[in-house]
Amino acid sequence: MITLSHYIVLGAVLFCIAVAGLFINRKNVIVLLMSIELMLLAVNTNFVAFSRFLGDVSGQVFVFFILTVAAAEAAIGLAILVLLFRNRSTINIADIDSMKG
Amino acid sequence: MNPQLFQLICFYAFSFVTVAAALSVITLRNTVHAVLALVLTFFSTACLWMLAEAEFLALALIVVYVGAVMVLFLFVVMMLDIDQEKMREGFVKFLPVGLIVALAMLAEMLGLIGVRAMHVQIMGANPATVAGMSNTAWLGRALYTQYLLPFEIAALILTVGVVAAVALTLRQRGDMRHESASQQVAVNPRDRIRIVKMASERPAGESPATPQESKP
Repeated sequence: MITLSHYIVLGAVLFCIAVAGLFINRKNVIVLLMSIELMLLAVNTNFVAFSRFLGDVSGQVFVFFILTVAAAEAAIGLAILVLLFRNRSTINIADIDSMKG
Repeated sequence: MNPQLFQLICFYAFSFVTVAAALSVITLRNTVHAVLALVLTFFSTACLWMLAEAEFLALALIVVYVGAVMVLFLFVVMMLDIDQEKMREGFVKFLPVGLIVALAMLAEMLGLIGVRAMHVQIMGANPATVAGMSNTAWLGRALYTQYLLPFEIAALILTVGVVAAVALTLRQRGDMRHESASQQVAVNPRDRIRIVKMASERPAGESPATPQESKP
Protein backbone atom coordinates (compact mmCIF):
# COMPACT_ATOMS: atom_id res chain seq x y z
CA MET A 1 0.00 0.00 0.00
CA ILE A 2 1.49 3.33 -1.06
CA THR A 3 1.68 5.92 1.71
CA LEU A 4 2.49 9.61 1.66
CA SER A 5 6.00 8.86 2.95
CA HIS A 6 6.86 6.84 -0.15
CA TYR A 7 6.36 9.87 -2.37
CA ILE A 8 8.10 12.29 -0.02
CA VAL A 9 11.14 10.06 0.31
CA LEU A 10 11.31 9.78 -3.47
CA GLY A 11 11.12 13.59 -3.74
CA ALA A 12 13.90 13.99 -1.17
CA VAL A 13 16.14 11.50 -2.98
CA LEU A 14 15.58 13.23 -6.33
CA PHE A 15 16.29 16.63 -4.80
CA CYS A 16 19.54 15.44 -3.23
CA ILE A 17 20.68 13.88 -6.50
CA ALA A 18 20.06 17.25 -8.15
CA VAL A 19 22.07 19.06 -5.45
CA ALA A 20 24.95 16.59 -5.91
CA GLY A 21 24.71 17.23 -9.67
CA LEU A 22 25.08 20.97 -9.09
CA PHE A 23 28.25 20.33 -7.10
CA ILE A 24 30.02 17.80 -9.29
CA ASN A 25 29.23 19.33 -12.69
CA ARG A 26 30.44 22.82 -11.99
CA LYS A 27 31.86 23.33 -15.47
CA ASN A 28 28.96 22.45 -17.71
CA VAL A 29 26.07 24.92 -17.78
CA ILE A 30 23.76 22.50 -19.59
CA VAL A 31 24.06 19.88 -16.86
CA LEU A 32 23.48 22.62 -14.27
CA LEU A 33 20.24 23.57 -16.03
CA MET A 34 19.23 19.90 -16.12
CA SER A 35 19.93 19.59 -12.38
CA ILE A 36 17.60 22.52 -11.76
CA GLU A 37 14.93 20.76 -13.82
CA LEU A 38 15.44 17.68 -11.61
CA MET A 39 14.96 19.80 -8.48
CA LEU A 40 11.72 21.22 -9.84
CA LEU A 41 10.59 17.69 -10.66
CA ALA A 42 11.23 16.60 -7.06
CA VAL A 43 9.22 19.54 -5.74
CA ASN A 44 6.42 18.79 -8.18
CA THR A 45 6.31 15.17 -7.03
CA ASN A 46 5.83 16.36 -3.45
CA PHE A 47 3.06 18.72 -4.54
CA VAL A 48 1.23 15.97 -6.43
CA ALA A 49 1.52 13.56 -3.51
CA PHE A 50 0.27 16.06 -0.93
CA SER A 51 -2.58 17.14 -3.21
CA ARG A 52 -3.65 13.52 -3.59
CA PHE A 53 -3.35 12.63 0.07
CA LEU A 54 -4.96 15.78 1.50
CA GLY A 55 -7.64 15.83 -1.19
CA ASP A 56 -6.86 19.45 -2.08
CA VAL A 57 -6.77 20.62 -5.67
CA SER A 58 -4.41 23.53 -4.97
CA GLY A 59 -1.34 21.29 -5.04
CA GLN A 60 -2.00 20.18 -8.59
CA VAL A 61 -2.74 23.75 -9.67
CA PHE A 62 0.63 24.74 -8.26
CA VAL A 63 2.34 21.96 -10.20
CA PHE A 64 0.69 23.35 -13.33
CA PHE A 65 2.12 26.82 -12.67
CA ILE A 66 5.55 25.44 -11.78
CA LEU A 67 5.61 23.56 -15.09
CA THR A 68 4.73 26.78 -16.93
CA VAL A 69 7.39 28.87 -15.25
CA ALA A 70 9.99 26.10 -15.62
CA ALA A 71 9.32 25.88 -19.34
CA ALA A 72 9.78 29.64 -19.75
CA GLU A 73 12.92 29.48 -17.61
CA ALA A 74 14.39 26.67 -19.69
CA ALA A 75 13.69 28.56 -22.93
CA ILE A 76 15.32 31.77 -21.71
CA GLY A 77 18.22 29.91 -20.08
CA LEU A 78 19.00 28.05 -23.30
CA ALA A 79 18.73 31.30 -25.28
CA ILE A 80 21.28 32.91 -22.96
CA LEU A 81 23.45 29.81 -23.33
CA VAL A 82 23.38 30.03 -27.14
CA LEU A 83 24.21 33.73 -26.94
CA LEU A 84 27.07 33.03 -24.56
CA PHE A 85 28.48 30.35 -26.83
CA ARG A 86 28.23 32.65 -29.84
CA ASN A 87 30.09 35.48 -28.11
CA ARG A 88 32.67 33.56 -26.06
CA SER A 89 32.86 30.20 -27.89
CA THR A 90 32.69 28.40 -24.54
CA ILE A 91 30.13 27.38 -21.96
CA ASN A 92 32.71 26.48 -19.37
CA ILE A 93 31.85 28.40 -16.24
CA ALA A 94 35.53 28.70 -15.30
CA ASP A 95 36.15 30.72 -18.48
CA ILE A 96 33.26 33.10 -17.90
CA ASP A 97 34.91 35.38 -15.38
CA SER A 98 34.88 38.78 -17.05
CA MET A 99 32.90 40.27 -14.15
CA LYS A 100 35.52 39.09 -11.63
CA GLY A 101 32.80 38.09 -9.22
CA MET B 1 -2.93 -10.53 -6.99
CA ASN B 2 -3.87 -7.97 -4.40
CA PRO B 3 -4.25 -4.67 -6.34
CA GLN B 4 -2.66 -2.64 -3.56
CA LEU B 5 0.36 -4.89 -3.50
CA PHE B 6 0.59 -4.56 -7.26
CA GLN B 7 0.46 -0.76 -6.92
CA LEU B 8 3.30 -0.91 -4.42
CA ILE B 9 5.41 -3.09 -6.72
CA CYS B 10 4.75 -0.64 -9.58
CA PHE B 11 5.71 2.26 -7.34
CA TYR B 12 9.03 0.66 -6.42
CA ALA B 13 9.78 -0.27 -10.03
CA PHE B 14 9.05 3.24 -11.34
CA SER B 15 10.93 4.96 -8.54
CA PHE B 16 13.94 2.70 -9.08
CA VAL B 17 14.02 3.69 -12.75
CA THR B 18 13.55 7.35 -11.81
CA VAL B 19 16.41 7.40 -9.33
CA ALA B 20 18.73 5.40 -11.59
CA ALA B 21 18.03 7.73 -14.52
CA ALA B 22 18.51 10.81 -12.33
CA LEU B 23 21.86 9.46 -11.16
CA SER B 24 22.95 8.90 -14.74
CA VAL B 25 21.87 12.46 -15.65
CA ILE B 26 24.49 13.88 -13.30
CA THR B 27 27.23 11.32 -13.95
CA LEU B 28 27.13 10.51 -17.67
CA ARG B 29 30.11 11.75 -19.65
CA ASN B 30 28.25 12.57 -22.83
CA THR B 31 25.80 15.46 -22.53
CA VAL B 32 23.46 14.02 -25.18
CA HIS B 33 23.19 10.82 -23.15
CA ALA B 34 22.52 12.91 -20.04
CA VAL B 35 19.62 14.65 -21.79
CA LEU B 36 18.20 11.28 -22.86
CA ALA B 37 18.52 10.02 -19.27
CA LEU B 38 16.60 13.10 -18.14
CA VAL B 39 13.86 12.19 -20.63
CA LEU B 40 13.66 8.75 -18.97
CA THR B 41 13.49 10.41 -15.55
CA PHE B 42 10.57 12.58 -16.63
CA PHE B 43 8.78 9.66 -18.21
CA SER B 44 9.00 7.40 -15.17
CA THR B 45 8.03 10.29 -12.91
CA ALA B 46 4.96 10.76 -15.08
CA CYS B 47 4.16 7.09 -14.42
CA LEU B 48 4.48 7.75 -10.69
CA TRP B 49 2.10 10.70 -10.92
CA MET B 50 -0.26 8.45 -12.82
CA LEU B 51 -0.14 6.07 -9.83
CA ALA B 52 -1.14 9.00 -7.62
CA GLU B 53 -4.09 9.51 -10.01
CA ALA B 54 -2.89 12.90 -11.24
CA GLU B 55 -3.56 11.92 -14.84
CA PHE B 56 -3.71 15.37 -16.41
CA LEU B 57 -0.41 16.51 -14.92
CA ALA B 58 1.29 13.22 -15.83
CA LEU B 59 0.29 13.64 -19.47
CA ALA B 60 1.18 17.35 -19.38
CA LEU B 61 4.62 16.42 -18.07
CA ILE B 62 5.16 14.07 -21.00
CA VAL B 63 3.77 16.44 -23.62
CA VAL B 64 5.36 19.65 -22.33
CA TYR B 65 8.63 18.35 -20.93
CA VAL B 66 9.53 15.32 -23.01
CA GLY B 67 7.90 16.77 -26.12
CA ALA B 68 9.07 20.37 -25.97
CA VAL B 69 11.60 21.29 -23.32
CA MET B 70 13.84 18.23 -23.61
CA VAL B 71 13.81 18.47 -27.41
CA LEU B 72 14.93 22.07 -27.01
CA PHE B 73 17.74 20.87 -24.73
CA LEU B 74 18.74 18.25 -27.29
CA PHE B 75 18.78 20.86 -30.06
CA VAL B 76 21.02 23.16 -28.05
CA VAL B 77 23.36 20.37 -26.95
CA MET B 78 23.78 19.14 -30.50
CA MET B 79 24.13 22.67 -31.89
CA LEU B 80 26.93 23.71 -29.56
CA ASP B 81 30.32 22.23 -30.16
CA ILE B 82 31.35 21.28 -26.63
CA ASP B 83 34.67 19.81 -25.64
CA GLN B 84 33.42 16.90 -23.53
CA GLU B 85 36.75 16.14 -21.88
CA LYS B 86 37.37 19.70 -20.75
CA MET B 87 33.92 19.81 -19.23
CA ARG B 88 34.78 16.88 -16.99
CA GLU B 89 37.64 18.66 -15.25
CA GLY B 90 37.00 18.94 -11.53
CA PHE B 91 34.49 16.10 -11.52
CA VAL B 92 36.57 14.03 -9.12
CA LYS B 93 37.67 17.12 -7.21
CA PHE B 94 34.13 18.21 -6.37
CA LEU B 95 32.74 14.70 -5.97
CA PRO B 96 33.40 14.37 -2.19
CA VAL B 97 31.96 17.81 -1.42
CA GLY B 98 28.87 17.11 -3.50
CA LEU B 99 28.38 13.71 -1.93
CA ILE B 100 28.76 15.05 1.62
CA VAL B 101 26.32 17.92 1.08
CA ALA B 102 23.78 15.73 -0.72
CA LEU B 103 23.96 12.91 1.82
CA ALA B 104 23.71 15.32 4.77
CA MET B 105 20.64 16.96 3.21
CA LEU B 106 19.14 13.55 2.47
CA ALA B 107 19.71 12.37 6.06
CA GLU B 108 18.09 15.51 7.46
CA MET B 109 15.10 15.29 5.18
CA LEU B 110 14.61 11.59 5.80
CA GLY B 111 14.80 12.24 9.54
CA LEU B 112 12.02 14.80 9.28
CA ILE B 113 9.93 12.52 7.09
CA GLY B 114 10.54 9.61 9.46
CA VAL B 115 9.10 11.60 12.36
CA ARG B 116 5.99 12.35 10.32
CA ALA B 117 5.71 8.78 9.10
CA MET B 118 5.08 7.53 12.64
CA HIS B 119 1.38 8.00 11.99
CA VAL B 120 0.98 6.24 8.68
CA GLN B 121 -0.94 8.25 6.11
CA ILE B 122 -2.69 5.84 3.81
CA MET B 123 -3.99 6.91 0.45
CA GLY B 124 -7.66 7.80 0.85
CA ALA B 125 -10.27 7.80 -1.85
CA ASN B 126 -9.42 9.82 -4.94
CA PRO B 127 -10.80 13.33 -4.22
CA ALA B 128 -11.75 13.83 -7.87
CA THR B 129 -13.78 10.62 -7.89
CA VAL B 130 -15.40 11.64 -4.62
CA ALA B 131 -16.42 14.93 -6.25
CA GLY B 132 -17.89 12.90 -9.10
CA MET B 133 -15.65 14.00 -11.97
CA SER B 134 -12.42 13.16 -13.72
CA ASN B 135 -9.06 14.49 -12.60
CA THR B 136 -8.93 16.88 -15.56
CA ALA B 137 -12.36 18.33 -14.79
CA TRP B 138 -11.43 18.62 -11.12
CA LEU B 139 -8.26 20.52 -11.93
CA GLY B 140 -9.86 22.64 -14.65
CA ARG B 141 -12.72 23.68 -12.41
CA ALA B 142 -10.26 25.09 -9.86
CA LEU B 143 -8.04 26.59 -12.54
CA TYR B 144 -10.79 28.52 -14.30
CA THR B 145 -12.57 29.82 -11.22
CA GLN B 146 -10.41 30.23 -8.15
CA TYR B 147 -7.09 30.52 -9.99
CA LEU B 148 -8.19 32.43 -13.10
CA LEU B 149 -5.92 35.43 -12.58
CA PRO B 150 -2.76 33.34 -11.92
CA PHE B 151 -3.68 31.26 -14.98
CA GLU B 152 -3.71 34.38 -17.16
CA ILE B 153 -0.47 35.60 -15.62
CA ALA B 154 1.05 32.23 -16.51
CA ALA B 155 0.03 32.82 -20.13
CA LEU B 156 1.67 36.25 -19.94
CA ILE B 157 4.87 34.71 -18.55
CA LEU B 158 5.00 32.27 -21.45
CA THR B 159 4.58 35.13 -23.93
CA VAL B 160 7.34 37.11 -22.25
CA GLY B 161 9.51 33.98 -22.34
CA VAL B 162 9.00 33.53 -26.08
CA VAL B 163 9.69 37.19 -26.82
CA ALA B 164 12.79 37.20 -24.62
CA ALA B 165 14.18 34.00 -26.16
CA VAL B 166 13.69 35.32 -29.70
CA ALA B 167 15.04 38.77 -28.86
CA LEU B 168 18.13 37.28 -27.23
CA THR B 169 19.07 34.96 -30.07
CA LEU B 170 18.04 37.16 -33.00
CA ARG B 171 21.13 38.11 -34.96
CA GLN B 172 21.26 41.16 -37.27
CA ARG B 173 23.50 40.17 -40.13
CA GLY B 174 25.12 42.92 -42.17
CA ASP B 175 25.34 41.03 -45.44
CA MET B 176 21.64 40.41 -45.87
CA ARG B 177 19.30 42.44 -48.08
CA HIS B 178 16.10 43.34 -46.39
CA GLU B 179 13.40 45.90 -46.98
CA SER B 180 12.54 48.74 -44.65
CA ALA B 181 8.81 48.82 -44.02
CA SER B 182 8.81 52.41 -42.79
CA GLN B 183 10.48 53.66 -45.96
CA GLN B 184 8.01 51.71 -48.05
CA VAL B 185 5.06 53.24 -46.28
CA ALA B 186 6.46 56.79 -46.34
CA VAL B 187 7.01 56.87 -50.09
CA ASN B 188 5.24 59.61 -52.08
CA PRO B 189 3.70 58.72 -55.47
CA ARG B 190 4.94 62.02 -56.92
CA ASP B 191 8.54 60.89 -56.49
CA ARG B 192 7.92 57.75 -58.46
CA ILE B 193 5.73 58.67 -61.44
CA ARG B 194 5.98 61.49 -63.97
CA ILE B 195 2.97 62.25 -66.14
CA VAL B 196 3.92 63.40 -69.61
CA LYS B 197 1.41 65.31 -71.76
CA MET B 198 1.93 64.80 -75.45
CA ALA B 199 0.02 65.62 -78.57
CA SER B 200 -2.06 62.91 -80.15
CA GLU B 201 -0.73 61.01 -83.12
CA ARG B 202 -1.39 62.58 -86.53
CA PRO B 203 -1.19 61.11 -90.03
CA ALA B 204 2.22 61.36 -91.66
CA GLY B 205 3.18 64.62 -93.38
CA GLU B 206 2.16 66.96 -90.64
CA SER B 207 4.84 68.05 -88.26
CA PRO B 208 4.33 66.43 -84.85
CA ALA B 209 4.03 68.78 -81.96
CA THR B 210 6.82 68.72 -79.44
CA PRO B 211 5.76 66.85 -76.30
CA GLN B 212 5.11 69.04 -73.35
CA GLU B 213 6.26 67.90 -70.01
CA SER B 214 4.32 68.76 -67.00
CA LYS B 215 4.76 67.94 -63.39
CA PRO B 216 1.49 67.42 -61.66
